[in-house]
Amino acid sequence: MARQTINISRRNFLIGSAASGAGLSLGLYLPLGGHKALAAEHAPEVNAWVVIEPDDTVVIRIARSEMGQGTLTGLAQLVAEELECDWGKVTTEYPTPGESLARDRVWGSFATGGSQGIRGSHRYVREGGAVARTMLIEAAAEAWGVPLAECRVANSLITHGPTGRTTTYGKVAGAAAGRVPPLEVELKDPRDWKIAGQPVKRLDTADKVTGAQVFAADLRLPGMLNAAIRACPVFGGRLASFDAASVRDMAGVRAVVRVDDTAVAIVADTWWQAKNALDALPVDWDEGPNAGVSSASIAQWLTEGLTSEDAFVGNRVGDAKSALDGAAKIVEAVYGYPYQNHATMEPMNATARWTAQRCEVWCPTQNGEAALEATAEAAGLPMSQCEVYKIHLGGGFGRRGAFHDEVRQAVAIARQLAGTPVKLLWTREEDMQHGAYHPITQARLVGGIDGRGELVGLHVRISGQSILSSVRPDALKDGADMLVFQGLLPEGDHAISYRIPHLLVDHSMRNPPVRPGFWRGVNINQNAIYLECFIDELADAAGRDPLDFRRGLMAEHPEALAVLNAVAEKAGWGSPAARGVHRGLAVCKAFASYVAACAEVSVDPQGQVKIHRIVAATDPGHAVNPQQIEAQVEGSFVFGLSALLYGECSIAGGRVEQRNFDTYPSMRIAEMPRVETILMPSGGFWGGVGEPTIAVAAPAVLNGIRAATGRPVRRLPLKHVDLTGA
Amino acid sequence: MSRLKVNGEAVEIDADGATPLLWVLREALGLTGAKYSCGIGLCGACTVHIDGQAVRSCVVPLSSIGAEQDVVTIEGLSPDGSHPVQQAWTELDVPQCGYCQPGIIMAVAALLDAHPAPSEADIDTKITNICRCGTFNRVRRGIHRAVEIRQRGRT
Repeated sequence: MARQTINISRRNFLIGSAASGAGLSLGLYLPLGGHKALAAEHAPEVNAWVVIEPDDTVVIRIARSEMGQGTLTGLAQLVAEELECDWGKVTTEYPTPGESLARDRVWGSFATGGSQGIRGSHRYVREGGAVARTMLIEAAAEAWGVPLAECRVANSLITHGPTGRTTTYGKVAGAAAGRVPPLEVELKDPRDWKIAGQPVKRLDTADKVTGAQVFAADLRLPGMLNAAIRACPVFGGRLASFDAASVRDMAGVRAVVRVDDTAVAIVADTWWQAKNALDALPVDWDEGPNAGVSSASIAQWLTEGLTSEDAFVGNRVGDAKSALDGAAKIVEAVYGYPYQNHATMEPMNATARWTAQRCEVWCPTQNGEAALEATAEAAGLPMSQCEVYKIHLGGGFGRRGAFHDEVRQAVAIARQLAGTPVKLLWTREEDMQHGAYHPITQARLVGGIDGRGELVGLHVRISGQSILSSVRPDALKDGADMLVFQGLLPEGDHAISYRIPHLLVDHSMRNPPVRPGFWRGVNINQNAIYLECFIDELADAAGRDPLDFRRGLMAEHPEALAVLNAVAEKAGWGSPAARGVHRGLAVCKAFASYVAACAEVSVDPQGQVKIHRIVAATDPGHAVNPQQIEAQVEGSFVFGLSALLYGECSIAGGRVEQRNFDTYPSMRIAEMPRVETILMPSGGFWGGVGEPTIAVAAPAVLNGIRAATGRPVRRLPLKHVDLTGA
Repeated sequence: MSRLKVNGEAVEIDADGATPLLWVLREALGLTGAKYSCGIGLCGACTVHIDGQAVRSCVVPLSSIGAEQDVVTIEGLSPDGSHPVQQAWTELDVPQCGYCQPGIIMAVAALLDAHPAPSEADIDTKITNICRCGTFNRVRRGIHRAVEIRQRGRT
């Protein structure tokens, strides 16, 4: 049975014995006082990626974070494949960012986003496995005094062919650890994979079904206090004053502290006490210059950008303006996409312990290295005197990679209680108002059709928010945010899937004072809606079938065409659907994978939309764990369809109006359609799977709704759209 | 002092009577399987059983629970993860991030006690937990698998 992944200090985990087996676990503690070197915790490591214990247990190090997407298992499969170890004896652990820093970033990037977990690290983790395998076999050959070439390995068992002698990885690991690593290793052809490429079970399921999985919000440290926080609800606003005396005598309250100049926190014995006192605390805010910002004021500003002169060009083919001027028929539409919150099930949290010499943080982060940087900054200490312990994330979706505002806050609080560990946990309400929201944009699309019903020109004008301007201004190119054009670019991981003779895609950047962030799928989400729904509108205007119309534009994009054809065929495109049921298509390239969906929907006379069935195809190039890819595809439709049906953070008085799942609903099982996943890896490249199919979820359904009602839906979420009598 | 029976064991709790059961479990008893997510009884991540009924413990005050009532958490559902729902979940790798799963598993366990062979409509009505990773398709398959495991266990 595979064991759970925890930080390298797992041997210091003290889990109190369950009282009478019924699970009154009273002492779940993590260690204090710093980490030890990895190798000292275990049997000597063979190399940075692999530790083999005397009992043949294989410990594989995973630098990327597990947040549900299955990367932990997939990366372990890739290492194990090259290592030729017994998969049944594999367990995993997270190295710490501090350890990585001290070892010249031996584990590479810790960033877990952009569907990069596998595709961004497959080569070096496989090499890590292959190097370790070579060293283990060399150690055995040397011990036997036989040529390396006469030895072979399978399932952690090394055999000397001529004599039939055998030994195990566990027996030679000590000797292997001292060897000089080979300079070069050869990686297997994926066609020869035995562990990778297989639908093996996840390594982290067991504890997730018993409640034993420790999430960061569950941490308990000796002497730990708990904090609840409230930051100024208005973007850019500040904390003016608070009346600490009025709550200081409330049960459990230990401290009422200012957190930077934006928030106030209460530290108490229990979190519930801290939250109660915070609810009772009188606070005055300096709301600042954004207090008058509203959804309407933002929308007006973005609408102006649809026709403004200032625009960055993302893709230009031929001369779109002339082509449109000469077209037989012009179609025009304006679409829009709202702010949305990640709403991870585990609210934002971090636990910090600060002294003048050292600061440690336990947190659910998508990027351990960025969390370490945030820790050091907030602690006023060099990174070498800080450490971050990653804990399994209760969802990430992009919220937990780039900001670490909760880490900074936790450290700022802990600095005011030196030596005492403090766990900061946000309320759902705080989470809803202090997100890093899916950016807001509008798009004006103008298409021209010639006399034969062919698309001759297209102009896509995007107006709205740039994530990079806010989060990574260093990544702008001469002021332009090329990420804004995901799905509409001439080439690369997010290239447009159509050849359009005359095309212009440009962006009028308008950045409202609402913090944007990377939100699972990022800009492909809205861009795929804009393009794919408009393609259907164009097909309609040309009097052509949407599938046929698309195929005519895809001769130069065979991989995208293949996934589109696959969903069309499986869904039965062209044959009648059930009575009242209509189909919609969408296709795109996202995160280097090719994806398509066909949705079957119906709209009743009361305007109620029912999504009956989704057929989704993915070509990720190489597929490391097919059953986990299927899980990601199914889950991506929940994320994408929740966004389509309900997802909206509206702004009034400079703040987000939604506070909880009552006003920011998420899809439930009753609304979940059957998802039929077609996995068609064509090899030769590495595409992501955590995000791509989100992008086709909404446009496929919207195109089905248009087919059902004859009316395009151009504004989200659907909860605001009246389809009555359609 | 309040008295509770949690996972078969009598315990004494020193907490304000208005404290929600969720926070009693998590902070006084160290039972962190039930999760905080919404705090207003909407998402179901905090679901536990009281006398066999699935309840959202974030909105159940300590003072409303009698000392004789049976509170069961995910930690007490089975001694070793062998409850039919846990078996089915393991078999199908249902969890993704896993944060909402203890609540979903407790809700499903209570559903199957009341409806040993639930219809799709029963599932739609009774399982209203939020899962942002989107495990619903596997949750549905897992429920049907758990029904089979329960039936097999009785024969």
